[in-house]
Amino acid sequence: MGLLDKEFAESNIVITKAEDLMNWARLSSLWQLGFGLACCAIEMMATSASHYDFDRFGVIPRPSPRQADIIIISGTVTLKMATRIKRLYEQMPDPKYIISMGSCANCGGPYWEHGYHVLKGIDRVIPVDVYVPGCPPRPEALLEGLLKLQEKIRHESMVKKTV
Amino acid sequence: MKSHEEILEILKTKFGEAIIGMMEDTKNDPTIIVDSTKILEVMQFLYDDENLSFDSLMNLSGVDDANGEKVKDEAENEIIKGGTLSVYYHLYSMRIKHKITIRTSVPRENPELESVENIWKTADWHEREAYDMYGIIFKNHPNLIRILMPYDWEAGYPLRKDYKNPEYYKGMKVPY
Repeated sequence: MGLLDKEFAESNIVITKAEDLMNWARLSSLWQLGFGLACCAIEMMATSASHYDFDRFGVIPRPSPRQADIIIISGTVTLKMATRIKRLYEQMPDPKYIISMGSCANCGGPYWEHGYHVLKGIDRVIPVDVYVPGCPPRPEALLEGLLKLQEKIRHESMVKKTV
Repeated sequence: MKSHEEILEILKTKFGEAIIGMMEDTKNDPTIIVDSTKILEVMQFLYDDENLSFDSLMNLSGVDDANGEKVKDEAENEIIKGGTLSVYYHLYSMRIKHKITIRTSVPRENPELESVENIWKTADWHEREAYDMYGIIFKNHPNLIRILMPYDWEAGYPLRKDYKNPEYYKGMKVPY
């Protein structure tokens, strides 16, 4: 995992960088805001359920944005909802991460031309860390998206700005 | 159980001129056309009458007939002047097991008619939707506000044929 590869000085003592420890702790318990929008939310719920078991990556749904680290935008974002999502995002404490799940959240999906009510991509409102393509993405794809996000968090730095 | 011809006859003897006619083509359910100023009386009668007893409003929807004149406004956008917007009522009688469709048309420039919310509570949200999408105003509706679009949506009524989507809504770009 990167953390335990480091040297053991004595038994029960692990020597590692503070940065690595922080990142490891963060990526291992990404609490997700319990929030779903459309058909992608059904796949997200399937990912949380026992068959795919999101919990093995430390992802558990939290009912309050104050206790959430990550928000999965799972579905079509209407203009009306976009203002609410922005507020939810602003209510989350730092550090916070966003997975944009499915074509609708990525770019408007099938509503790109005639969807007078649809926001054409959630990245017009809040910054996205990982885009998961698909309509809707299978649970495996969402898991892959989460692993990509964990990879991103693993290489974060407290002093250097990460890209 | 009454056929649509019988229902039309009953309405014609009761309301005379207010019943404009019947649309009968193979594609649609037979539709009785009613004068929009008399719609509340006709609907109340359809609900109350022993032999009709339409106790269920299955659906209520607006339609943009787009039968007006297409003209250009100052900004060179094509808009529709004149013509009508329509409201369709799909009625069913649970007791007698017959059904009928009622159509009424209102002028596009002044689309107002009486609400039937007092007769069928179903009409509450359906009329709000027709208002939201087409701008049809239902008089004496208890809460005629937008139901799907944002409450502060100012760009007009999205399902009208001459609707133009705005460039921005609250700082968010709308077109792709």
